[in-house]
Amino acid sequence: MIAEAGLGALWLAAALSLLQLFFGFAALKPPAEELGRSVRPIAIAQAAMVVIAFLCLIQLFLRTDLSVKLVAENSHSLKPWLYKFAGAWGNHEGSMLLWVTVLAVAGAAVALFERRLPERTLIATLAAQATIGLGFYIFLLFASNPFDRLEPPPVEGNGLNPLLQDPGLAFHPPTLYFGYVGISIAFSFAVGALLTRDVGPAFARAMRPWVLGAWIFLTTGITAGSYWAYYELGWGGWWFWDPVENASLMPWLAATALLHSVTVLATRDGLRAWTVMLAVVAFSMSMIGTFLVRSGILTSVHAFAVDPRRGFFILILLALYIGGALTLYGLRVGTVKEGSTFEPVSREGALVVNNLLLSVVLGLVLIGTLYPLVTEAMGDKVSVGPPYFNSVAGPIALLLVVIMVAGPLLRWRRDRLKALGQRLALPVLLAALALLALVLFAPGMHILPLLGLALSLGVGAGSLAPLWKRNLRRTPLFIYGMVIAHLGIAVSLAGMACDSAFTQEKLVAARPGETVSVGPYDVKFLGVEPIAGPNWTAIQATLSASRGGGTPFTLTPQARMFSAPPTETSETSIATRLDGQLYTVIGKPGDDGRWQLRLWWKPFVTLIWLGGAMIAFGGVLSLIGRVLRGRRARREEEEAYA
Amino acid sequence: MRRTILWLPLGLFLLFVAVVIFQLRHGSDTTIRSQMIGKAMPEFALQPIVPGHAGLSLADLKSGQPHLVNVFASWCLPCRVEAPQLMALKQRGIPIEGIAVRDRTEDLTPFLAQAGDPFDRIGSDPQSRVQFDLGSSGVPESYVIDGKGVIRLQHIGDIRPEDVDDIARAWEAAK
Repeated sequence: MIAEAGLGALWLAAALSLLQLFFGFAALKPPAEELGRSVRPIAIAQAAMVVIAFLCLIQLFLRTDLSVKLVAENSHSLKPWLYKFAGAWGNHEGSMLLWVTVLAVAGAAVALFERRLPERTLIATLAAQATIGLGFYIFLLFASNPFDRLEPPPVEGNGLNPLLQDPGLAFHPPTLYFGYVGISIAFSFAVGALLTRDVGPAFARAMRPWVLGAWIFLTTGITAGSYWAYYELGWGGWWFWDPVENASLMPWLAATALLHSVTVLATRDGLRAWTVMLAVVAFSMSMIGTFLVRSGILTSVHAFAVDPRRGFFILILLALYIGGALTLYGLRVGTVKEGSTFEPVSREGALVVNNLLLSVVLGLVLIGTLYPLVTEAMGDKVSVGPPYFNSVAGPIALLLVVIMVAGPLLRWRRDRLKALGQRLALPVLLAALALLALVLFAPGMHILPLLGLALSLGVGAGSLAPLWKRNLRRTPLFIYGMVIAHLGIAVSLAGMACDSAFTQEKLVAARPGETVSVGPYDVKFLGVEPIAGPNWTAIQATLSASRGGGTPFTLTPQARMFSAPPTETSETSIATRLDGQLYTVIGKPGDDGRWQLRLWWKPFVTLIWLGGAMIAFGGVLSLIGRVLRGRRARREEEEAYA
Repeated sequence: MRRTILWLPLGLFLLFVAVVIFQLRHGSDTTIRSQMIGKAMPEFALQPIVPGHAGLSLADLKSGQPHLVNVFASWCLPCRVEAPQLMALKQRGIPIEGIAVRDRTEDLTPFLAQAGDPFDRIGSDPQSRVQFDLGSSGVPESYVIDGKGVIRLQHIGDIRPEDVDDIARAWEAAK
């Protein structure tokens, strides 16, 4: 019954989105303007319906209703309840339903709260949003129905991929989806503004919170995903340039560029066409991301979600939306007037450089990700790995970071280079001193980590500079947000540089009782014992680590065997200290009673994710600051009229 | 000029869609092509191992007529499974020669008695030397060798019933 109710709600939501699309676009032409009034309520009703459908699915998973095909294929009655719950979207159908639910809820939020945009543009925006939603409803209903029944129902379910049985799963995919969906709202705004030829500061201000929100979620999702891969896969790395990682990085790069260009548009009414273009690009990247994950067209560690037929369907949607938007862009953007102009040395100038560099990095990552696809079409197999990405994206990223420091120190419209030089003197000095110290005391470092580490110090100081000589209590919240986010970049950069320069790794075959030293630690291998969890058994090693004869502490890495489906995973055991992490993994036993142990000492590696969290937190502060200021401005406006 | 640039993103995007459609339609090709095809069979001369079958050397294969060479062993279970298919190929008039890898007479004799004996000659390759030269990484593997001793087909793994026609065709083509 629950499944049928869910399916019914989904059909209703789809019908409402069709209505929203039709009324919305019809209302753009004079005789049907009346229809526009119903668009907001329809958007809200549509969201309510799809939320009901999604809640039904969660209920089915919590009850482990095995007569539903999706539950039987992906769940298991013995799973802990958190994974039953998260399992609702840990599969193709469920995750698509989550996607479209978030999309509809975001659309409803626009309908409820957006008051600054001209009504026609808003209705066009909601119509564009409905078009996107409708495509996914059709996809769900005809190609991946989550509520399909199974006759007869099986006695037990298949279980969930053990790699996904981790608290990280409960939050990583939804976070990225929130990000993707936020970008889709920005895209709808751009389409709406193009349709009504209304690209200007009002449009930019309406779009900005969505871009900012999406960007916060993407930042959080990428940071969390990186940490998840780091401790769950047991390979000791935090970024693998896997196609799917790139698929989440590319929308982030585009959203970062968009975030900055939309500020120029909102504040100075410049970069109109470019901002619209970026909104389309950012959405394309998130769709291409979804497509790459779902179609299995690229080989990836995320291959648990692959189905070529569905890939084809998503490709059709992608072609319709992006192709349509780019056609609209080609037709309409010529009629969008150039905004106000500015001198090369100015805040706008720095933001343009920032945008160009981000676009270049985006382009390089895109080329690297799709290159194997292109060569395979020509009959040649290649794979593009970290050496390419690090060497092409690394230097540009460093340059970008330098611009990031300079930008906030420049005035809008025009500034003098000499003045910038004075403001930058201290950060430059710090970076130079750090470089000198590193060359003297840590010889033989590779060039990228060396520059990265030196720059991170200068950038850290430089990102605090906008607060210099300001009245800190009257500084707007979004300035703090920017400062913290930029500081987070410096912190993250320092972590990456430390990790790649100073990590020590030991791979040994040890007998119980032996001691291995890695970095500042002596790690004694005490032995192994079998243990059992709710749906797995494991071999657990007991390691006793101590630093310079200090108090020893215990680490217990495991090699886990899951029963449903039968899979082995390795559970790392990590000790976090202020100056880094001791990372331990147990591998296979040898014939002679020895065990493979893999130990890493990673100095300051945690800074990478701390920085990521700071970046996201800075985003949150900015968002709150912008929303508050927008409210205040509107109130003052209303009072002025009254 | 400026007008054209506005359409550039659409052009690039359509290119992407075209490549991706091509890839999806063709599917990704996971077959690894044999590096041995078109190469001359290396020089070798293997001793006989079971009574009633002469040993095998390169000169035996350069008879002007194509042969099927089966790399096998009595200790290999898939070899037992593919035996009926070898018999079927034999019945189509294809001469089959065997290379017995790391095998013993006392094991091989009952194996041939049980599974069937489609072989004309059987050479013993106790150290896997010839197997290695053939670019074979396991048993069973089968090669179609033309009358001049050139490898025309490498079939990795056991010959399934559905492979019989393909191999017979390759043998016809090698004539």
